[in-house]
Amino acid sequence: MSEPTERRLLTPDEYEEAQASPEFMELKRRFRAFAFPMTVAFLAWYLAYVLLSTYASDFMSTTVFGNVNVGLLLGLAQFVTTFVITHVYVAHANKRTDPIADEMRDRLEHHEYAHRHHAGGESEGATRA
Amino acid sequence: MRELSAAAATTETIGNPTINISIFGAFVLVTLAITFRASRNNKSAADYYAAGRTITGQQNGLAIAGDYLSAASFLGIAGAIAVYGYDGFLYSIGFLVAWLVALLLVAELMRNTARFTMADVLAFRMRQGPVRTAAAISTLAVSLFYLLAQMSGAGGLVTLLLGVSGEAAQAVVVTIVGALMIFYVLVGGMRGTTWVQIIKASLLIVGAFVMTVWVLGKYGFNLSSLIGGAIESGSQAVAEPGAQYGLTGTTKLDFVSLGLALVLGTAGLPHVLMRFYTVPTAKDARRSVVWAIWLIGIFYLFSLVIGYGAGALVGAEEILAAPGAVNAAAPLLAFELGGTVLLGIIAGVAFATILAVVAGLTITASASFAHDVYASVIKKGNVPPNGEVKVARITAVVIGAISIGLGILALQAGLNIAFLVALAFAVAASANLPTILYTLFWRRFTTQGALWSIYGGLIICVGLILFSPVVSGGEKSMFPDVDFAWFPLNNPGLVSIPASFLLGWLGTMLSKERVDEAKWAELEVRAFTGIGAEKAVHH
Repeated sequence: MSEPTERRLLTPDEYEEAQASPEFMELKRRFRAFAFPMTVAFLAWYLAYVLLSTYASDFMSTTVFGNVNVGLLLGLAQFVTTFVITHVYVAHANKRTDPIADEMRDRLEHHEYAHRHHAGGESEGATRA
Repeated sequence: MRELSAAAATTETIGNPTINISIFGAFVLVTLAITFRASRNNKSAADYYAAGRTITGQQNGLAIAGDYLSAASFLGIAGAIAVYGYDGFLYSIGFLVAWLVALLLVAELMRNTARFTMADVLAFRMRQGPVRTAAAISTLAVSLFYLLAQMSGAGGLVTLLLGVSGEAAQAVVVTIVGALMIFYVLVGGMRGTTWVQIIKASLLIVGAFVMTVWVLGKYGFNLSSLIGGAIESGSQAVAEPGAQYGLTGTTKLDFVSLGLALVLGTAGLPHVLMRFYTVPTAKDARRSVVWAIWLIGIFYLFSLVIGYGAGALVGAEEILAAPGAVNAAAPLLAFELGGTVLLGIIAGVAFATILAVVAGLTITASASFAHDVYASVIKKGNVPPNGEVKVARITAVVIGAISIGLGILALQAGLNIAFLVALAFAVAASANLPTILYTLFWRRFTTQGALWSIYGGLIICVGLILFSPVVSGGEKSMFPDVDFAWFPLNNPGLVSIPASFLLGWLGTMLSKERVDEAKWAELEVRAFTGIGAEKAVHH
């Protein structure tokens, strides 16, 4: 089996150091600031559609043109919003989160988070080593 | 149409069985050849479970579509729209919007953290044994529900298309389908399964496109006239909400429950999650979900036209009277439009659909057992090289045999496949999704919380299904002659999903377990940066 061994080379300290770093906080903040409100929004919009179909069927049956009614149009609008949200998310990830994630991954690979812990007291770090 | 009903009345089959079988046979031959080619590269566990992580984002998007657009999407949704109109449309919307949960919250983070199975993430910072076992059990439960639905679809199709009547003969056909599926999984592993799914997705989308254009062409490419046609053959009700679920307060609640299960189920489906592990990076996982959303969304738009087309051109009564009942709408429409040849093609595509989905389910369930239960819990990680894959192969045969058995049992049920699949979604949303989200986003989450949520969600969900009108007490129940139903809703999602979220929270708050800060740091950093994620295997 050709399992990569690199993932075991990082120490728990490095992970905790990376997790506590300001850049990681920022990465998480950006991720959450988009994903959480957006999830609430599309779920609310979807549930509104389901509830309207169930409890406001007269409104949903209102004809807009020909045999096409409000319900069908709102249903098709769910498709449109799904496609739009998909692309907004991809743009957000490419622009706002990927750059930080890529840079952090690169620095982790070079073990740049390994000795930060002792940045304040180099002599202590040296005696331990 | 008159000719069709005469044919249906006398032989109970439509079209020419020879053509149906030869088109299906051609698909099997081509995919078998590809499976053999793919199997030459199957060496390690990463090859067998995750296709060596060498599938591109675009290929994986097609494969996800192939995995996701099951018989439920093709036969079930078209049938539900044909018979109930607007109410059937909810399936398409729920199945599609659900992908946003997977895209925004789950796909990339899971890809970065796991190796082969859902449990890899769920057990990451918990006590390994109990959580892995729980995750494996819920994986098996969801997969079996899903398999039951697919096999039930296969049974109906067989009766309708292959001119096979009599329970014994049908059982033989289901057994052949099951044996083929086992073969794909054993020989091709995830690589072979992926290619079967890619080919099937392409065929399915092209087939649905042809039918859509054909139907629309008959109505001057005007959606309004098409719906007018459906209203004429059925009633005004098909254009409006409530034809199926608007009858009473209970059925209305059932509609909301179904809607909730659909939108929250996808991101908890183990066989969907496993597809994310076949790509080299999280960015490819994202790309594959974008492809999948477009392909699946467009397909569901087609299915709206196909459903209304079947309602208009074939008619609801005709559909319900056919073998396979509501699931027969799409094949009947194909026959109505293009006669024997189009029916043969669509029938072949439908079989390919079932075959590809059951292969994906089987490899997921067998990977979960071999990787989580056998290698991690029973052997505590001390497995000889390729011992795990050997166990996975044996499990695949066992699960294949079980699903053949279920398929034979389900032959006569006549339930809508989309409805059955929605139950699998409810189980996935109840047993898996809360734990996935808590694990990824809630630092304080503990082993006890995970176990309460997984087992609690699973037991409540399956229990409520057991005591619902689906199983007993109603005309359309699996056991119509007995009545032990006390839960009024057909889909339990409305109760079981919030209950599972609550149990996960409660179990965590009531446990004294300390948070494993080191593991939490590792999980978060790996999930968000992709450091240490499994790489592609190069031979």
